[in-house]
This record gives sequence, C-alpha cells and structure tokens, in this order.
Amino acid sequence: MHELSIVSGVVDSVTESLAAYPGAKVLEVRLLVGALASVVVDSLQFCWGIATEGTPLEGSKLVVKTVPVVMHCANCDADVELEGLQSFRCPRCDEPCCDLRQGRELEIESFEIDDEPGSKKAGEEEIGVKA
Amino acid sequence: MTRIVELRQGILKKNDELARGLRGRYGAAGVLVLNLVSSPGTGKTAFLERTLRDLKARGARVAALVGDLETDNDARRLAASGAPVRQINTHGICHLDAEMIDKHLVGWEGVELAGLDYLFIENVGNLVCPSSYDLGEGIRVALLSVTEGEDKPLKYPTLFNSADAAVITKMDIAEPCGFDRELALKNINEIRPGIRIFETSAKTGVGMEEWLAYLEEERRKKRS
Repeated sequence: MHELSIVSGVVDSVTESLAAYPGAKVLEVRLLVGALASVVVDSLQFCWGIATEGTPLEGSKLVVKTVPVVMHCANCDADVELEGLQSFRCPRCDEPCCDLRQGRELEIESFEIDDEPGSKKAGEEEIGVKA
Repeated sequence: MTRIVELRQGILKKNDELARGLRGRYGAAGVLVLNLVSSPGTGKTAFLERTLRDLKARGARVAALVGDLETDNDARRLAASGAPVRQINTHGICHLDAEMIDKHLVGWEGVELAGLDYLFIENVGNLVCPSSYDLGEGIRVALLSVTEGEDKPLKYPTLFNSADAAVITKMDIAEPCGFDRELALKNINEIRPGIRIFETSAKTGVGMEEWLAYLEEERRKKRS
C-alpha cells in the first residue's frame, strides 16, 4: 500500500543524483529489496510508470533484486540463509535465531544512464571507437 | 555512452535520519517511547487507554500520539485517561512516519519530552506498512487479538519479526472465540524467537500488572 511513496522516494533520489549528468537519459534503476522489507515487488513495478511520468526517469526500467534473509546462528557460529519467512530457525541445526544480518534492505543500488542520448544508439559506441 | 552510476542509498534515508534524530532526543529526555502496531480492530486504543490510566495511577508521566487516516475519535477516547493526547491524521497514508512525529511534537501544549516518563505512539491500523518506518521508538509492540486467528504472525512475519514485544489482547473472550493459546504463542515464537509476550485484557485488567512491570523495567534500563 505504501509502494507509491517508496517509488516516489526513488525517483527523487535518482533525479537529485542526475544533476551531475546533465542531459543524460535514465535507462534502468536497480533496487535491492530485502525479503523482510514489507514491500511488494509487483506493486513497485505497477507504480513505476505512474511515478516516473513527466520526470527524467520516464521510460526507464525498474529492476528489483530481492535480498534473502540471513541470520547469525549462535549455535553454529555461522551466517545462515533462511529459505522462507515462516520460521526463524537455523536451517542447519533448527535452533531459533534472533540475530538478523540481512533481509531488511530497501536501497537504490545503482542506475544506468545514456549520457549522450541524441548521438548514437546505446551499444553502438564501442564499435564506433574501434573503427 | 551508457554508464552505471553506483548509488547504494537507502530509499527511506530521509525517514531513517529523522528517526535517528528523534531517538537521540528521546534518549536525552529520558523518555521511553513505544510504537504500537496492529491490524484495525485489535484493540490498540482500549489497551492504550488502560495502560495510560494504570500508569498515571502509579504516578508516571505519560502522553500519547495517535495516528488515524481521519477523525479524532481515538484521541478523545484516550484523553479521558487524563493524559495529554494528540491526534495525527494521515489523510489516506497507511502508516506514521518520523516526519509526522517530529511535527506533532512541536507546539504540543503542556507537553515537553523532558517532562515525560513514557510516550506512546498508536500507529495507523495496518500490519504491513508501519514496519518499514522507524519512528525512533525504543520499543516496537506488535498487538494481536484473540479474534484474529493464531496464524497472524505467520501471515505478517515482517512486522512480528521487527517487534520488541508482543501483546495478545481481548483475553477475556479467548474461550468463546476458541482461541488456541499454545498455537498463538508458538507462532509468535517461530517468527521472533524469545520475544516477550503479554496476554492481556483491557476490560478485566488481566495481564496488565506484568505489562506495567515490563514498562517500568525497560524505562529503568534506558535511564541507567
């Protein structure tokens, strides 16, 4: 339900960073979303078109990478990845785990831009340089 | 030419920074702040009404902020306890955020953080979105009523896993509801192993003694 405000936050942050690349066209924005972040990836995608409309991000693609939950198991003295969210127990020894190490991420990892959008199609640049 | 710009920036950075600032202020003022989260209808308001009244009777200085989409009904109900209460209307937003808290702490007549022992924040009734928004609270409380089904923690693990304490409400009607207590406790523990669980009824006062003792103990810990 709060995915539109999350996505609007992403648009604002990327727009802010774009100031360093005047005239650039945004091709793709990559997010890291933890399995425990309370965010529905499909809703993020659904909101993306609406939130980017009329911004420098319009037409860009949203790529969401889900980050699994990793707990530290004191018994095994190891970081272990949980297979689901129905039981916070170590998959190796079955002891309950409370020490969360990963899985709540809600981050913009990176974005991809074309900083000479008018000149050549993306991907042709390399060939041009070689010739 | 295409290039990749690394950002590695938290999407809720603004909220997290504000929440950090609030946490610092609560700490400096020596006030224990609790964020109460549950579905609509769990009985957050009734539970908070009782908590405010009981704490006041013990001489504690308490106040509450209460979030709802619309109306100040809850604030009026809670104010009957005699504690200062302020309503936050989110006008459609499904959660409280740090900025709303920050704004509502300003110009709150007769309330200074330093003059409080406890500040309660009753979040908007929602088991999903509030878990993403840090309000700078010392304790996040997830509430669950006996009418909701014992598998609620399994259905909403993101909230229950981020809670510091769990409160089961409406224990006075547990039996007619066919509430399976053992199963509910087991499910909460599966999602948040070792969490403190309080089985309460705002109506009869069952479990309140233990809950209040916990609050006092946590507040002492914050001050020491």
